[in-house]
Amino acid sequence: MTTTLIDTAAHSAGHNDKLLLPHWAEIVKIIPEAEGVSTFHFRFTDPTVQNRYRFEPGQFNMLYVPGYGEAAISMSSDLETAGGLLVHTIRHIGNVTRATSRLKVGDVVGIRGPFGTSWPLEAIEGMDVVIACGGIGLPPLRGAIYRIIRNRARYGKITLLYGARMPKDLMFPAEYEAWQKADIDMQVTVDRGDDTWTGRVGVVPMWFYHFRVDPHKTAVLTCGPEIMMRFVIYEALARRIPSDQIYVSLERNMKCGQGACGHCQQGPYFICKDGPVFPFKALENIFNVEEY
Amino acid sequence: MTDKTLFIGSTVALPKPELDLLLADLRKNDYQTVGPHMQDESIVYTKIEGLKDLPRGILSEQNPAFYRMLQTGKDRYFDFIPANQSWKQFLFPPRHTLFSASKEGKWQLKENAEPAPRYALIGVRACELAAINIQDKIFLREDFSDPIYRSRREGLFILAVNCLDPDATCFCVSMGTGPRHTAGFDLCLTELDEVFLVEVGSELGRSMLAERTYDLPSAFVQNAANQAMDRATRSMGRTMDTRDLPELLTTHLDADRWNVVSKRCLSCTNCTLVCPTCFCWDAVDQADILGKSTRRERVWDSCFNPNYSFVVGGNTRPNIRSRYRQWLTHKLGTWKVQFDVLGCVGCGRCITWCPAGIDITEEVAAIRAEVNS
Repeated sequence: MTTTLIDTAAHSAGHNDKLLLPHWAEIVKIIPEAEGVSTFHFRFTDPTVQNRYRFEPGQFNMLYVPGYGEAAISMSSDLETAGGLLVHTIRHIGNVTRATSRLKVGDVVGIRGPFGTSWPLEAIEGMDVVIACGGIGLPPLRGAIYRIIRNRARYGKITLLYGARMPKDLMFPAEYEAWQKADIDMQVTVDRGDDTWTGRVGVVPMWFYHFRVDPHKTAVLTCGPEIMMRFVIYEALARRIPSDQIYVSLERNMKCGQGACGHCQQGPYFICKDGPVFPFKALENIFNVEEY
Repeated sequence: MTDKTLFIGSTVALPKPELDLLLADLRKNDYQTVGPHMQDESIVYTKIEGLKDLPRGILSEQNPAFYRMLQTGKDRYFDFIPANQSWKQFLFPPRHTLFSASKEGKWQLKENAEPAPRYALIGVRACELAAINIQDKIFLREDFSDPIYRSRREGLFILAVNCLDPDATCFCVSMGTGPRHTAGFDLCLTELDEVFLVEVGSELGRSMLAERTYDLPSAFVQNAANQAMDRATRSMGRTMDTRDLPELLTTHLDADRWNVVSKRCLSCTNCTLVCPTCFCWDAVDQADILGKSTRRERVWDSCFNPNYSFVVGGNTRPNIRSRYRQWLTHKLGTWKVQFDVLGCVGCGRCITWCPAGIDITEEVAAIRAEVNS
């Protein structure tokens, strides 16, 4: 099990003795990313909260829009890259996230967090890393990518496999060049191309056929639709990558973020507290159980 | 007799009218006394003031999807077993305002600063006290402490009652929770026709009882109580084989029995509402129509609600089979991993209040039989 490297109680934006009480945060910037997806930069209105807030890539916050409710959203950057701001990339598809699409710079939302486990960026130092993500699964990994790039020498070969439905759905295309320059082997694929698309068409797991991995020194980080992750895991295991070197970020309905409300349970786990990032070894008995 | 002879562990004989005075004393000490009361032809736990509010001479008859009140004609107050709802409504309120927010220029938060009520629970059964101990493990953890639960739990006075007449749906003996209390109460009653036997369980209980008039119990009375409790232990309406239950259930997620039970289950959530250990909750906004103010509430939720497992990509438990399986494998399986205890105390409420009469003991037995066949 991965553990959060920080003492969340000391660095969080939540009141331990006040259930679900958020801190207000102001929207500083909004960047449209793709159809129905935008990135928000937030700053806590209380400077004390802003200054003590820390998180690790892979963790999430509960974003509260008054009158609508909360949604669990992963950080899509890290504090260093974002100049201390909190960055969330939001797909406007649910009740709360659609409400965020109507917010403007200067508006406030409530934030509680950070919650959950993070990508094991220290544990996988020295290894080759395959980052396999699809659709809105890239944002929760972007902070990890930034962190890896900043400490590039500590990692071996980095391969980023990223798939989207259509070229117009690709997130953060303006950054791909910089990532490649940082010696990341970037492989982008789409389910369906358009008139201008000259790249690959296909699904993310198929990319495993195109390179060799050294299973003992390869770690896989995956986030995306569960069906995509299922086949990423399948391909990784087929290449004898041990199940404790494959890290999966799960999504479930979450209401509290503290393993208290019950919603996000899968098997013995509260995904919000024991996850969202798990080594696949911890999920072997439950991941492929239908409708569990 | 003076209070000097009263200590934790003492048992005394208390004349029944003295219970009235004890309840009055509790209220004088700022407790809200809540206990069993006959209402709408069932026993509910609600605010009571004295013996007059208790269900005198009433017995409940419970079976799958069946609950009736019977008159016994006896001068007893605690014969019914158990009430329709559990005590969790007092420690874990079904609806509780967390905060309100209003927009006057900027959004402002206002916490709910209502002081927690101090409850004295009158008539807590052994299975019910076990359920409270289980919820303690859920709500009062090292890594999470629920402030609403904690504030109510810390001020709690527990007047326990030993069960002498288990119902047809009871199986506390199988779950190791009853019918006799062992610890965790302030005072514990055993009710006989003429008198209550009262055991002192805490200093608080001792000090409350010390104000009352009581006698040393005769050997005859003590013997009668012990025999009645032994009889209760032997007359459970149901049994559940709990051997290796977590393993049995979590390794047979594909058992055919899940399909069978899902054809009967209505996914109505009754079992989770009456269950004394089910702890799931949701948080909802009650907003005004202009979007200028809102109230955020914590409300009970249930794993049988379709919305419970909703994510944008689809519902992770899209049918009744998966929801019933989640409920049962959690309660009798993964609960053990999470909280080092099973989530069932054998109170039988889910059997009584299931409109389809689904019987948790029967379902477990059926899965065991299927696996062993």
